[in-house]
Amino acid sequence: MAKLLEIRWHGRGGQGAKTAAQLLAEAASSVGKYIQGFPEYGPERMGAPVLAFTRISDEPIDVHCHVTEPQIVVVLDPTLLAKGDVTQGVPEDGIILINTDKTPAEMRQAMKLSGRKVYTVNASRIAEETIGRPIPNTPLMGALIKITGIMSLDALLEDTQKKLSKKFAGRPEVVEGNLKAVRRAYEEVQGE
Amino acid sequence: MQERIALTGNEAMALAMKQINPDVVAAYPITPQTEIVQIFSNYVANGQVKTEFITVESEHSAMSATVGAAASGVRAMTATSSQGLALMWEVVYIAASNRLPIVMPVVNRALSGPINIHGDHSDTMGARDSGWIQIYSENTQEAYDNLIQAVRIAEHPDVLLPTMVMMDGFIISHAMENLYILSDQDVQKFVGEFKPHRPSLLDVDHPVTVGPLALYDYYMEFKRQQAEAMAGAKAVILEVAKEYGELTGRKYGLFDAYKLDDADLAIVVLSSTAGTARSVVDELREKGIKAGLLKLRVFRPFPYEELAQVLADRKAIAIMDRADSFSAFGGPLFTEVRAAMYDAKKRPPIVDYIYGLGGRDVNLDHIRKVYTDLAEIARTGEVTQVVNYLGVRE
Repeated sequence: MAKLLEIRWHGRGGQGAKTAAQLLAEAASSVGKYIQGFPEYGPERMGAPVLAFTRISDEPIDVHCHVTEPQIVVVLDPTLLAKGDVTQGVPEDGIILINTDKTPAEMRQAMKLSGRKVYTVNASRIAEETIGRPIPNTPLMGALIKITGIMSLDALLEDTQKKLSKKFAGRPEVVEGNLKAVRRAYEEVQGE
Repeated sequence: MQERIALTGNEAMALAMKQINPDVVAAYPITPQTEIVQIFSNYVANGQVKTEFITVESEHSAMSATVGAAASGVRAMTATSSQGLALMWEVVYIAASNRLPIVMPVVNRALSGPINIHGDHSDTMGARDSGWIQIYSENTQEAYDNLIQAVRIAEHPDVLLPTMVMMDGFIISHAMENLYILSDQDVQKFVGEFKPHRPSLLDVDHPVTVGPLALYDYYMEFKRQQAEAMAGAKAVILEVAKEYGELTGRKYGLFDAYKLDDADLAIVVLSSTAGTARSVVDELREKGIKAGLLKLRVFRPFPYEELAQVLADRKAIAIMDRADSFSAFGGPLFTEVRAAMYDAKKRPPIVDYIYGLGGRDVNLDHIRKVYTDLAEIARTGEVTQVVNYLGVRE
């Protein structure tokens, strides 16, 4: 793993970009990594474009500025692709992970993208089938650790279960659905 | 035994409050209040603390109720931010003059207007002359550690002053980071049982007056004693830090000097920006440039002598202010550090950079620019612009 891995999450208010950025950070912390997970707070409202960030490192993280050159971009909502450049600041060997029913090749063509690596997974459908709501954040975490190897699937599942059991106390079906979603996206994510 | 977990700054402060387990917390639990008291109110509702939680109708009332509780002889806390602190104003001074050891986390955020909710030190810099001890934190770890230490500092018989512990709004308050936390028992043992320093207001056998009228006959003696207590706080802050260091392995002082011993170029800064600046120091050191950093932790009492000692041998110094004082001569940190240097054995050139107002991002390039400017000042010995505004449209 790189010394410092920076991830930018593009979502819309209500899709759980902030939650994903922080859940992934927490999970990475649970396996001994140093982390930061933070949203960009603007005038948020349901449906408006939002950004969130995750930093993961093997060493303590000192910087407290915005992430401007993320190695990884996660797009929670493909309609955001028409709303500006999600690849801004992403280096040539960076990674774009998109929640879509299309293949990486189709997305590359649609985005007229050169360089970088494109991955896709239909996280909304997975969420709908496992959790019952099209909230794509947890499945995208599964896809992300498959691509990056930040941590093992088991470690992610274990930590996610712990965190969600607190958040959704008394609703084990929600926790179970989320864990299934993580596992399915881990298996179904496609790269070029 | 310490546990390594991941929390946001707000969660870390709320957890420290839970472990301190104060007798009374009075708060106005909606905006501009922080998540700190919202999370803490859950602890109260779940029976995880013994605290009596008083919901009040404004921040002015929150501080008033906290003052009343503290005067009655119990450990009392509240938390605030930005406009909330502004509304508390007159009672903030009363807490200090009544020598009530209230501890209050403050999430540093901008003051209106224009309306803004982001990280900025204008709120607590405004309160710098209120008589409160002020401790600034770089990250979630420091926010947690400082809040626990603040209880011991405020309640020390040589001090008896209210203490505010700061962290940067959003940049730290809403960011999740790793930190090591103590067990509830260890925190309880460290802060100890609250011992009232004078009879409780409710003790009718030993009546006392708190907050009396004192005109030109005695007002000045009250103020003189406050000043004496603040001066004495420095030794207590260091003593408490030493004991906390023995418990946790984490060292705290009045400030943290990073690669400063042999540095030619130095930045002095508060809170989260110190981390970003430290990265740049490392980068410059690799290139053989003698850069150093001083992260100030304790702003009140201001460590004049100690600062002058470590800064005197630098060739050029930049102060970074996340607040303007509108004195037309730089920010509050700049003015104070420059005053501290007047009696130093050498007086290196000192310039000010006002930055990050209203939460504006300050990144590695901004800090690099400050060091580049300092290198030029050190080389030529000439200062062309004393007060600078960093990353602003001119």
